[in-house]
Amino acid sequence: MSLLSTENVIKKYANHLALDKVSIEVNEGHIFGLLGPNGAGKTSLIRIINQITAPDEGKVYFKGNLLKSSDVSQIGYLPEERGLYKKMKIGEQAIYLAQLKGMPKNVAVEKLKNWFRKFEIQDWWNKKVEELSKGMQQKIQFIVTIVHEPKLLIFDEPFSGFDPINANLLKSEILNLKAAGSTIIFSTHNMASVEELCDDIALISNGKTILNGSLFDIKNQFKPNIFEIQFAQAFNKMEFAMNSIFDLLSIENQKNGVISTKVKLKENATTNELLQIGLNAGNVLAFNEIIPSMNDIFIDIVNQQTQTNQ
Amino acid sequence: MNKIIFILQREYLTRVKKKSFIIMSFVGPLLMAAMFVIPVWVSTMEDGELLKVAVLDEGNNYKNKLKNTEAIDFKFVEDKKLEELKADFFKKEYDAILSIPADLEKTPDKLTIYSENQIKLSTLSYISNSLEDEVEAKRMASKGIDKQMLDSIKTDLNINTITWNEEGEENESSTELSMAIGFISAMIIYMFIFMYGAQVMRGVMEEKTGRIVEIIISSVKPFELMMGKILGIALVALTQFALWIVLTFAIVTGANLVLAGDKEVNITELSQGTSNANVEQVLEKSDSQMAGIMKKIYNLPYGMILFSFIFYFIGGYLLYASLFAAIGGAVDNETDTQQFMLPITVPLILSIVMAQVIIQNPNGSVAFWFSMIPFTSPIIMIIRVGFGVAWWEMALSMFLLIATFIGTTWVAAKIYRTGILLYGKKITYKELWKWLKY
Repeated sequence: MSLLSTENVIKKYANHLALDKVSIEVNEGHIFGLLGPNGAGKTSLIRIINQITAPDEGKVYFKGNLLKSSDVSQIGYLPEERGLYKKMKIGEQAIYLAQLKGMPKNVAVEKLKNWFRKFEIQDWWNKKVEELSKGMQQKIQFIVTIVHEPKLLIFDEPFSGFDPINANLLKSEILNLKAAGSTIIFSTHNMASVEELCDDIALISNGKTILNGSLFDIKNQFKPNIFEIQFAQAFNKMEFAMNSIFDLLSIENQKNGVISTKVKLKENATTNELLQIGLNAGNVLAFNEIIPSMNDIFIDIVNQQTQTNQ
Repeated sequence: MNKIIFILQREYLTRVKKKSFIIMSFVGPLLMAAMFVIPVWVSTMEDGELLKVAVLDEGNNYKNKLKNTEAIDFKFVEDKKLEELKADFFKKEYDAILSIPADLEKTPDKLTIYSENQIKLSTLSYISNSLEDEVEAKRMASKGIDKQMLDSIKTDLNINTITWNEEGEENESSTELSMAIGFISAMIIYMFIFMYGAQVMRGVMEEKTGRIVEIIISSVKPFELMMGKILGIALVALTQFALWIVLTFAIVTGANLVLAGDKEVNITELSQGTSNANVEQVLEKSDSQMAGIMKKIYNLPYGMILFSFIFYFIGGYLLYASLFAAIGGAVDNETDTQQFMLPITVPLILSIVMAQVIIQNPNGSVAFWFSMIPFTSPIIMIIRVGFGVAWWEMALSMFLLIATFIGTTWVAAKIYRTGILLYGKKITYKELWKWLKY
C-alpha cells in the first residue's frame, strides 16, 4: 500500500521546468530511493512533499488523502544543506525543533534524552552547537529528524559528512526505523548505499521520472543477458564458440589456470542450453549471470537520456 | 498558528539572555541619565584655573563694579598704558587684559578683552553683565530717568498658551515642553526601529546562511517563522525600553538626591516629574511662575501621548521590520544588503531630519502630510501629538499605518518565502518583483 504518492506534479521556476509531470509511489514500510543527477529536480520534489513549496499542478497524496498542512508532524526531513543555531544549546535547540513538529515539551525531553543516551552523547546536552564538529552536528540533526517518530522520513544525502563508523551506525539506525514500520525516502548519489538499503527506486532526470519500481525489477529489466562461465584448464575453445545461441564476448586466462569466458545469450535461448554447450566444451567450474550495478544503470540511463535530448 | 508562540519564545529568550542585551540595558540608561545629569554637573563645577585679568579702566568709573569671583581675579591697573601692558603680556603676569574706554556709555562697542587663549563664554557674560547695569544706570542718569520708576514700569511677559476643544475643555500647555517630549519620543522611535529592524534582518540572515531555515519551514510556514521572529524581537525591544525607563528614572533620581544636596543648582528643574518627593520640593520652594510650569507639565495630554507613542512605536517597528526581514531573506551576506537598505533608510532619515522643521510648525501642511505617509508618520506624528492633533487626523494616520503594515508584510512574506531557499545568487530588484508574482 502506498503511504505517499505524487500525481503528475509540475513545478515551474522563472526560466525552467523543474518537475514535469512527476508521479512516484512510495510504499508503506519500504525504503524508497530517489535518484537523479544534480539539478534533476529531486530537491524540488522533496520540498513539495514537505510543503515547503507548492506544486503548480498535480497532486500529492499522503495516506490516501490529499496532503494537508497538519501532516508535517508525521513527516521528518533531513535536508541536504543543514545547519543548527550556532549559539544555542543543543538540548534546548532539539526541544525547540521537536516542539515545532508538534511534540509536547515533556515528551520531547524524554525521547531526546533516550536518543542521546543511545548515541552516547548525553554530555553534549548543554553544549553549544559551535563547540561540535560537523559530524557531531550531523548526529544531532539525525536525532532531531526522527525524534517525533514520523510515519515518513525523508533523508537527503544523509551520509555526507559522516566517517565510515558513524555512517554504519546511521545505516543500521535507518534499517531499525524501517523495521519499526517507518517509510523512508532516501535521496543520494551513493549508489552502493542504494543497493544496500532501498526496496524501490525512482530515477528523475531533467524533471521527468525515467525509472520507477522495485530495485529488483529494475535490475532485472536492465540486465544485459550476459553470463560468465569459468572452465578448468582443459577447454575446447572451438567447440564452445561454434553455436547459434550466444555470442562469445571474451576469453580470459586467469593466473590460477582458470579460463573465464563471457557470453551474451541471444533472445529465446535458455540458460540450460548455454550450460549444455559449456559442459560439452570442457570442465565447468562456475556459472553465473552478470547483473549490472545500480551505478551502471544510472550512468547508462542518464547518458541515454541526455543523448536523446540533444 | 500556535507554533508562532514557540518561535516567538525562542527569539525572545535567546536575545534577552544575551550578554549584549544585558549590557545595553544598563549602559543605555546610564547614557540617558548622563544626558540629564552631566550638563548640570558641569555647570556646577568650577574651573580650577584662576583667570587673572588686568583691567585698564580709562575713565576710572568701574573700580568696584567688577567683583572678583572664584574663577576670575580682576586687577585694576592705573599706572600703565594699554601698549605697555600688551608689550609685557607674555611675561605672563596676567591671563587677559580688559580695556574699558572712558566713555563706555557712549561707545559700548569699544569694550575689548585681549588674551592668548579664547576666554570662556561664562567669563565674558559675567563681565558684560556686570558692566551693562552700570552703563545703563549712567545713561539713565544722563537722561534724567529715575531707576526706581523704571523698575516699576518694567514688565516680563510670559504668554499663557491655552488650547481648548469644542467641549470647552481648556488646557494650559507649554510649547517648549511639547517640543521636548515630542522630540525625545521621535528619537526613541527612530532609534528602536533602526536597532531592532536590523536585528530582524540579521536574525533572518543567520537562519538562511546557517541553513537552518529549511529544517524549520518543513515544520512551520515561512510566514509563521517570519512573524514569530518579528513579534519576538518586538517584545525584546519593549522589554529593553521598559528597562531603560525604569533604570533611567532610578539613576536620575539617585543622582538628583546626591547632587541637589550640596549644590545650589537644582537639577530637578531639568528632570521634573522624576519622583514625587522632588516635585513637592520644587513646588514648595518655587514662586508662582514655577507653579505655573508644573501646572503645564501636568496639563499635557499624557494619556494621548502615551497611547500614540506605543501605537507608533509598535506600528512603525512592524512596518519596517517586515521590510528588513524581506531583505534578510533575499540576500546571502551582509554586503549585499546595502542596495536594499537604502530605500528603507531614506524615509526614516528623512523623517528625523524633517522633525526639526515640523517641531517649529507642528500644524502646517508639511507636518500634516508627513504625519499621514505611513513611512514617516511614526516619527512625525509623535512630535505633533504633544501640540494637539485633530482626532480625525490621528485616526486617518493610524489607519494608513495599519493598512500599509499589512501591505508591506504581505510583500515581505512573498519575498522572504522565495528568498530564504535561494542561495548563491545576486538578487536584483527585477528579481524581487518576479518573486511577488510567484
